Amino acid sequence: MASHSHDHDHEHSTLSEMDVRVRALESLLTQKGYIDPAAIDRIIETYETEIGPHNGAQVVAKAWAEPEFKAWLLKDATAAIASLGFTGRQGEHMVAVENTPDQHNMVVCTLCSCYPWPILGLPPVWYKSAAYRSRTVLEPRKVLADFGVSLPESTRIRVWDSTAEVRYLVLPKRPPDTDHLSPTALAALVTRDAMIGTALL
Amino acid sequence: MNGVHDMGGQQGFGRVLCEKAEPLFHADWESRAMAMTVAMGASGQWNIDLSRSARESLPPAVYLSSSYYEIWVRALEKLMLERSMVTQAELDAGQLITPPVKVSKVLSLDTVDAALKAGSPTERAIDQPALFKVGQKVRALNVHPQGHTRLPRYVRGHVGTVVSLHGGHIFPDQHTLRALPPFTVAVEWLYTVVFDGPTLWGDGSDPSVEVTVDAWEPYLEAVA
Repeated sequence: MASHSHDHDHEHSTLSEMDVRVRALESLLTQKGYIDPAAIDRIIETYETEIGPHNGAQVVAKAWAEPEFKAWLLKDATAAIASLGFTGRQGEHMVAVENTPDQHNMVVCTLCSCYPWPILGLPPVWYKSAAYRSRTVLEPRKVLADFGVSLPESTRIRVWDSTAEVRYLVLPKRPPDTDHLSPTALAALVTRDAMIGTALL
Repeated sequence: MNGVHDMGGQQGFGRVLCEKAEPLFHADWESRAMAMTVAMGASGQWNIDLSRSARESLPPAVYLSSSYYEIWVRALEKLMLERSMVTQAELDAGQLITPPVKVSKVLSLDTVDAALKAGSPTERAIDQPALFKVGQKVRALNVHPQGHTRLPRYVRGHVGTVVSLHGGHIFPDQHTLRALPPFTVAVEWLYTVVFDGPTLWGDGSDPSVEVTVDAWEPYLEAVA
């Protein structure tokens, strides 16, 4: 897996300074014997290639296709998700919340950046931004508008602030006319943002 | 601590800006910083709550003007400096000057996958019965602790309803009392509590909004 540097003009000065600082840090920690660079490479590879929203999409597709799995997911998400092999760091205690015509769910972490890594991977920059963290609990409909999402006034919006070690998965509504689709095709419809609650399908 | 990190309900940060086709990392150093932070957690010299506390107690101006992984790097350096695992001169030079301290574990290629798969569950057996039950009204305490806490300011003093119980979990406010192992492990019931939007944000706010927080029992009191 190739690593890429991405140009962002507003971060140029920070980037070069941080690049030097982090290289020095890694060199020092390696000399101290606190880290093994091979393990560092492996952690990066894991989140670049193995752990990401495609995991969560499998969970959602299975819940749509199999009522028993959906019931299990809503009752004990940690166990149901673990049955697909998705466990571990930042997903130790999972809760799934279902979108219905009456209730739309959104997930935020106002205090830091808590996010269900095993099923969604590492969070996008916007999820960690001050704008999202500050506004989502105060004015979720306006935040949804920033994502181009509009919900009927009759739909209640419940915002889940991840303030402990519980991590949330939004189970989006299944799109219409998808009865004929295979689990793989269903999973391909599921987006990361829909599983956070900032997109509809 | 009523820190700058406690952002719920703050205003003035503008629109939520979503980057199309966002890369996982915006520079190579971000990926190294992420992985080093994860790997250094295995050292056992701090816990996740001390790690969060280190980030949120950065000077407010530094916190707000630093990128996400820059905050991680600054906090990692701070945690190691506080424990004499590194010196500032070593950080500046990127070179070992003093011998390392003993750490409990170093992740290797052989152990890293299992460590990521296992994570660090915080649920623990709890003997005492839960004080509150699902459907019960509870008030989030109006408290302003100096130390680390996970009760956001915007719910303090407000009444909500218990939605669910999650068993006993390690209580962050105590888990951060000792800087070095053995850490103080107090196990408290963890609840999800839902608040009506207008309860939090006043008359005229959107009545179709609800907000939940996950709150340990010591954050809550019964409402008569």
